[in-house]
Amino acid sequence: MRRLFAILSLTLLAACSSQPPAPEQNASGVEDRAGRDVLNPVDNGGLYNPARLKDPKSPLSKREIFFDLDSYAIRSEFKPLLEQHAKFLQSNAKYKMLIQGNADERGSREYNLALGQKRAEAVRKALQLLGANEAQVEAVSLGKEKPRCTESTEECWAQNRRADILYTGEF
Amino acid sequence: MNRLLRISFPSLLLAAMLASGIAHAQLSVEIVGAGANRIPVAVADFPGERIVSQALTSVIRTDLDRSGLFRMIDAGGNAIPESASIAYGDWKSRGADAVAVGQVFPGADGRFETRFRLFDTQKQAQLGTGALAHSSSQLRSTGHRIADFIYEKLTGEPGVFSTRIAYVVKSVGRFELQIADADGGNAQTAFASSEPIISPTWAPDGNRIAYVSFQTKKPVIYVHDLAAGRRHVAANFKGSNSAPAWSPDGRRLAVVLTKDGNSQLYLVNADGSGITRLASSAGIDTEPNFSPDGNYIYFTSDRGGSPQIYRIPAGGGDVQRVTFEGSYNTSPRISPDGKSMAYVARNSGRFQLAVMDLASKQTQILTDSSKDESPSFAPNGRMILYATEIGGRGVLAAVSSDGRVKLRLPSAAGDVREPAWGPFAK
Repeated sequence: MRRLFAILSLTLLAACSSQPPAPEQNASGVEDRAGRDVLNPVDNGGLYNPARLKDPKSPLSKREIFFDLDSYAIRSEFKPLLEQHAKFLQSNAKYKMLIQGNADERGSREYNLALGQKRAEAVRKALQLLGANEAQVEAVSLGKEKPRCTESTEECWAQNRRADILYTGEF
Repeated sequence: MNRLLRISFPSLLLAAMLASGIAHAQLSVEIVGAGANRIPVAVADFPGERIVSQALTSVIRTDLDRSGLFRMIDAGGNAIPESASIAYGDWKSRGADAVAVGQVFPGADGRFETRFRLFDTQKQAQLGTGALAHSSSQLRSTGHRIADFIYEKLTGEPGVFSTRIAYVVKSVGRFELQIADADGGNAQTAFASSEPIISPTWAPDGNRIAYVSFQTKKPVIYVHDLAAGRRHVAANFKGSNSAPAWSPDGRRLAVVLTKDGNSQLYLVNADGSGITRLASSAGIDTEPNFSPDGNYIYFTSDRGGSPQIYRIPAGGGDVQRVTFEGSYNTSPRISPDGKSMAYVARNSGRFQLAVMDLASKQTQILTDSSKDESPSFAPNGRMILYATEIGGRGVLAAVSSDGRVKLRLPSAAGDVREPAWGPFAK
C-alpha cells in the first residue's frame, strides 16, 4: 500500500514537473494559501480563537450546511451556526474561508457545478449579511465531482446537497 | 439485428503499459446496433502486410465494420497483389458491392509503402487508388487512413477513423485525462491528478485541449498543449471557473465564471487575457457551445425556472430559447454542419441523449439508457459520443445521429466519462 502511494506520488510529481508555472492572474481573492505565518488571532474571550475551529465542543467545528431538494435557501436551523462563523471571520481578519458547494449525482456535470455554486453563494451571502468581510470569503463549487455518498438513493442525494466550510490551512 | 462483436488490442495495451509504467483503462468497441442498409464490402489480404504482429487489413476491416455502415464480406484469406486484375464476377457472387486490394512494399530505408485500390463490382470500375509511406510502427494509423479512404469513396462523407478522442478515467483516488485513437486504441495520459478533471474540449487545431481541474480545491480552466505536454491557466478567477468552449477559430474560449455571483457566461482569449462578459441572468447560465459558423453560442440556463437551452449571438445580444419540451434540457452541442443539436433531456427521471433538427425543431431521443451525459459529435457529424452508466460503472457509448448505429466502448477498469471527439487529423 505504501509502495503504491509512493508510485502515485512520483507519477503526480512527474506530471507536475513537466508543466511550467502558470501565468499569473491576480483575480483570485484567496491565492495566498500557503501563508499560515500571517495568522495572528485576536482573543475574544477564547470563543473565536482559531483553536476552536477543531474543538468538537465549539460550534465552529461544525462546517456543513445541508439544503432541500431544488432549494438554495439557508434552512433556519443553520443560521446560528453561520452567525458563529461570521463572528469568527470578524475576529480573525487574516483568516480566509473557502465555501465548497456540492450537488447530487443527477444530471449534467456542469449544470450540477452551477447548482453547487448556488449553494455556496447562498452561504457566502448569508455570512456577509452577518458581517463577514467579502474579501475573506470565496464561494466555489465541486458540483457532483466529490460526492460524500455514492449510492443512488434519496438519503444519499440529501447528504450531497451540501456546502462545506474550510478555513485557511484546510484547503 | 443486434450483434455483439468485441475487438481489443492486447498487444498495444501492453505496449502502452510498458511505455508509461501505469495501467491504462484501455477501451474496446462493441457494436450493439448497425445501420439498416449496410454496404457489403470485401477487403482482400494485402501481400506483405504482416510487418508486425497485427495485419494491416484487420485494422481496416475492424474500422469499417464498427462504423455500422458496412457489412464485411469474407475475402477468402488469399492475398491478392495490388496489380492483379479484379475478378468482378467472383466478388459479386460472394455478395460484395465493393472490394479493396492492396500491397505493402518494403523500402530500402526500412520504411514501407502501401498501395491500395478500391473497385465497384456492380459497375466493374475502379473507384480510387492511393499510396501511403509509413514505418512499421505506423501500421494502425496507416490502416485507419485506408479505412477513411474506403469510407469516403463509398459513403461520400469523410471518415473519422484517423481522429482521436479524449476522456477522463476515474480510478481509486486518481483522475486521468486520456487521449486515444477513435477506436480506443493507443491510449495515453495527458494529465493525471488526485482531484477531479471535467469538461475536456478540443481546440479546432487538434493540438490543444481545454479542461477543468479541481487540483487547487476549486474548478480552474487550463489549456493543455498535447505535443509539448505543457499547460497554462486560461481562467482562475475568484469562485468557480468551468465549462470551456472553443470558438471555431481557436482563439477564444467561452467560459463560465462566478466572480460576480452565480454561474455566468464570459469570453476570454485562449491565453487567459481579455475577459469580457457575454450574457447576464439572475440565475445559472452554463455549458456554452459555439455554432460551427461562430455566430451563436448555445447554452443551458435556468432563467425560465428550469434548465433549458438558449442561444445568444456570439457578440452578445438578444437571447432566444431553443428547447421547450420537458423540464430539463442541458448540454447542447451543435453538429458540425450546424443543422442539428445533440443535448441531454430528462424524461420520467431518465437522462437521455436527444437530437433536435434546428430548422424544424423536431426532436428524437437516441438512447434507452438513463444516465447519459456529455454528448460530443464526430467531426463528420455521423456519430455522437457520450458518457453513460452500465452496471453502475461509467462507460462511453456512441450512437449515430439517426439513432440506428449503436456502439459501446467498455473499459477493463475504472469509470470512464467526459468524452470529447477531436477534429479531423490535419
